[in-house]
Amino acid sequence: MTMLDPVGLASHTIAGIAWSLFVGSTLIFAGVMALLVFALQQRAGKVNTRWWIVGGGLVFPAVVLSILMVYTAVRSAQLTRAQPVDALVITVVGKMWWWAVRYRTPEGTDVVLANEIHIPVNQPVVIGLSSTDVIHSFWVPQLGGKMDMVPGRTNQLVLHATAPGVYRGQCAEYCGEQHARMAMHVVAHTPADFNIWLAAQAQPARASFSPLAALGREAFVAQRCTACHTVRGVSEEGRLGPDLTHVGSRLHLGAGTLRNDAAAMQRWIAHVQQVKPGARMPSFGDRDAAALEAMAAWLDALK
Amino acid sequence: MSTSLPSSLPRPPAEREALARAWAPPKGWRLFSAVNNTHIGLFYIATALVFFVLAGILGLLMRAQLAVPDNTLLSAQAYNQVFTMHGTVMMFLFAVPMVEAIAVYLLPGMLGARDLPFPRLSAYAFWAYAIGGLAFFCTIFFGASPDGGWYMYPPLTGKEYSPGIGADWWLLGIGFIEISAIAGAIELIIGILFTRAPGMTLMKMPIFAWAMLVSAVMIIFAFPAIIAGTLLLELERAFDWPFFIAARGGDPLLWQHLFWFFGHPEVYIIFLPAAGMVSMMVPTAAQSGLVGHRAIVYALIAVGFISFALWAHHMFTAGLGVMSMGFVAAASFAVAIPSAVQVFSWIATFWKGRVQFNTFTLFLLGFHFIFVLGGLTGVMVAVLPFNWQVHDTYFIVAHLHYVLIGGAVFPVFAGFYYWAPVMNGHQLSKRLGRWVFGLMFFGFNLAFFPMHITGILGMPRRVYTYDANLGWNGLNMLSTIGAFIFAAGVVLFLWDAVRTALKEKREHGNPWNAPTLEWATQGDYGTRSIAQIDSLEPLWDQPQLTQEMEAGQHWLPGTITGGRETLITSVVDAVPRHVLVLPTDGWPPFIAALGTAGFFLLLTVEWVGTAFAFGTVSIAAICWWLWFTDDVAHTGHAVVADGVSLPMGASGPASHSWWAMVILLCVNATVFASLLFAHLHVAMAADICPPFGSALPPMVWPVLSAALMLLGAGAMTLARVRLDGHSGQALLRLMVAFAMGCAAASVSIDILGHWRAGLEPTAQAWSATVAALLSWQGFNVGLLLVMGGYVLARSFCGKLQAQARATLDNSWLMWLGVTAQGLMGTGAVQLIGRWG
Repeated sequence: MTMLDPVGLASHTIAGIAWSLFVGSTLIFAGVMALLVFALQQRAGKVNTRWWIVGGGLVFPAVVLSILMVYTAVRSAQLTRAQPVDALVITVVGKMWWWAVRYRTPEGTDVVLANEIHIPVNQPVVIGLSSTDVIHSFWVPQLGGKMDMVPGRTNQLVLHATAPGVYRGQCAEYCGEQHARMAMHVVAHTPADFNIWLAAQAQPARASFSPLAALGREAFVAQRCTACHTVRGVSEEGRLGPDLTHVGSRLHLGAGTLRNDAAAMQRWIAHVQQVKPGARMPSFGDRDAAALEAMAAWLDALK
Repeated sequence: MSTSLPSSLPRPPAEREALARAWAPPKGWRLFSAVNNTHIGLFYIATALVFFVLAGILGLLMRAQLAVPDNTLLSAQAYNQVFTMHGTVMMFLFAVPMVEAIAVYLLPGMLGARDLPFPRLSAYAFWAYAIGGLAFFCTIFFGASPDGGWYMYPPLTGKEYSPGIGADWWLLGIGFIEISAIAGAIELIIGILFTRAPGMTLMKMPIFAWAMLVSAVMIIFAFPAIIAGTLLLELERAFDWPFFIAARGGDPLLWQHLFWFFGHPEVYIIFLPAAGMVSMMVPTAAQSGLVGHRAIVYALIAVGFISFALWAHHMFTAGLGVMSMGFVAAASFAVAIPSAVQVFSWIATFWKGRVQFNTFTLFLLGFHFIFVLGGLTGVMVAVLPFNWQVHDTYFIVAHLHYVLIGGAVFPVFAGFYYWAPVMNGHQLSKRLGRWVFGLMFFGFNLAFFPMHITGILGMPRRVYTYDANLGWNGLNMLSTIGAFIFAAGVVLFLWDAVRTALKEKREHGNPWNAPTLEWATQGDYGTRSIAQIDSLEPLWDQPQLTQEMEAGQHWLPGTITGGRETLITSVVDAVPRHVLVLPTDGWPPFIAALGTAGFFLLLTVEWVGTAFAFGTVSIAAICWWLWFTDDVAHTGHAVVADGVSLPMGASGPASHSWWAMVILLCVNATVFASLLFAHLHVAMAADICPPFGSALPPMVWPVLSAALMLLGAGAMTLARVRLDGHSGQALLRLMVAFAMGCAAASVSIDILGHWRAGLEPTAQAWSATVAALLSWQGFNVGLLLVMGGYVLARSFCGKLQAQARATLDNSWLMWLGVTAQGLMGTGAVQLIGRWG
């Protein structure tokens, strides 16, 4: 998760700037410290005040800083360039403590998922950022810098991945109790794979394929999970929690808290307040164990 | 040389004894009623150190929690309270108080004054801080501490997402500790400008005094912004006035503007005094004058100005627009230049002199190493694209600790080792000192250097735990080990400090052969006679000075009234102007501080009735102490040196209290400007203004209100003129009463007009800011009524005279200030609402 292993256009530029800053600063630091050591060894050395104060204190930093300003302005000009109007737009809304992600397919249907952003490589993708509760900050270091998600405002960030892969991101603005467990993953695909993925996500939840899963689906409805969660094809009234239509296809649960599999799903449902204390979902560990297992199996199967 | 000394020998036999008697501290538990700077200063420093240790323990708790991934030592809730308190206590209860404390303790000695000009104000500021600070800290033991970060960003800290009492503790507790810091700043500014030894022109003033002057002026203009911010956020929490709620026209970023307008200068408010201390110690360590003294003075002033242009560099990732952020980034670069001037000046001074390797020299060298590194990472984070990556990561945690621990804590510790003998004549242990320095320097770098890398590896700040597979484990463990090594150094220091402080007092002499006045022989009264100075390094250039002062051959060698006095000199050239009679020890400051602290703390727990009782006690105690100042008895002339007779006290612009009032008006005006900014900010963000459902009152209301306010100010002016020529005060009283009536009527009409126009502060942010402006004016008029009543009381008691008139003069100044604010506030709301 480091900015120095860039796989995006912006992060690449910034990494270049970072390295020149590190090298330049190291040289200046070493030079000043060497000067200090020499100064200590001098016994009543001669001092030309003008050279020290005007030369060292004024001219030297002014020149270095001017060069730095021009250099960074030139290097970073491309970071603030306008994007093509037909660029893919993805809306990400920060929530305490997860990310709601929304796509609009070419057909005009909304595809909603959580904590995972899939993008095609080698093209700019505009991420529209906002928040419905407190301030969060969207940050995927390997792809670029961060941008705050402020209630009442819509900010923009452009991701332009140069290689397929999974890149971890994390909320960077302190947002309350579980700020530490508010991660997300950006999955970069080839454009073809991306289109296949998006088409799959646009489908409603797959029908139950086993008796256990059917039982799980029933339990999901019976336990009123639908009050907060939408599963397209089952119930679309829930808006508070993440959309679970294809939750089984996601890499993680709980905004990067657990790696996703059936066991993790069951642990999450039963013990969410232990796994992620304060999350806006009660632990369901006191319910019928068989029902929980079935529910986990069904959700895990929602690929 | 001795031919031209101000006072001749021999001195009258009992002169010194009378002086010592006048300044003798109270004994036993009555020591708490002491107001003298040598006592208050020590209490102040000790209390600030206590908070350093307490907040340091919180830091260690955080490091213990983060030592290993997925740790469960602290819960998320506990960790969030701990990191919030760590930052808050370090910034508000340690750093700013510590630099003010050192200034209170040392400045009079450096300047050749007997005390600061408002001793009871510094006592009040100290006690309010100590009592309020400890109560605030204790919330951590009840799990009731704030947990929204030391920067308290709404909406997280608004009522909806922080329904508990923690945020209120922060807003009310810290809000009034800021008032204490402002009181200290006013004291220091007046002390530096008016109580310097004769001949100590501004350019011969020690650099520490310059640094403190700039820093205190910055406090005057920076702290009011956060006071306004805390006021608004508390109003939002208590009464649902939606300043920061986006859904009702408010803006979370409004808080960030107000907070960082204070918060960035705050860093320099802490750093400049520390740099000033370095500029005092480096010449002594090198036994050679500071190279580029004048350049350093200009550098300090430049930092003061530039630091107010950078607040938005904490908001680089808030989406404010690349152009405006570019200017802020350029200003952030520019602020590095004055710091470079200082660093090169210090190195040049080492170069020029022969360096003595005392413990304080070690800390100075450690400071250079850490601060230069922190400065360089500071330039890095001013580079916009780089900032977008490292903002809110551990890289910033590393940077800010390099700047604050390197830039302030190491100089302060150097200062402890350097100035310890001033306290009781004993040096801290040199042998232990090497260990203390070694542990602190090594521990610090081990703790904080790896954090640069942790940040670059992607670890965000303010996380209570992290996953094991992110590559942050080893670095975090190193940081934790380093933090505990650093703490061991601090513990060793504290042990040595307590041991040394308990030793019997003896004459300190000048152990490091330092050049400045605080090393001349001192008692509780300062020096026996106040030096006539003619150089920047008086103890080097005037070798006989200490003996002459001690013999009483300089200014004011005794006491005139039998009480405490000091000399007031002119601002630029330090020519003696008059004698200032200082108050002696007493309980009113302590009681007033207890009342103030009680008021704010009890308000937090919503014991409103008891809180107002405490508030009343506080105001009564302040009136009680003021009642005996500005006294007719202390007028006339007094002989302060051979053939030199100076007036006792002064009035009008010649009086120090006049200028203290002017500074207070600046504070007041800055709070007002911040509230006006809030109004403008939400008005510009609104689609239509005034927003749907609200309206402006018809013009007749504001015009009438303004006319009344002007009428009141006119009446006060006439009252002031009246005091000059006439003996009877009946007409004067009538005018003051009339002015009070006008002020009360003016603000009532303003409020009534808005009320009739349907003002509903909870409806949306525009209405809320209008209501906030009205409330502020109402509060100020309330102050005017108290002051007017006080003037009347003094007139009736015969205490208001042409020679003792500060009460009326100061009330008049306040009247003008509040009138100007009222006109601007009323006018701005109309102007923005009608044509905005």
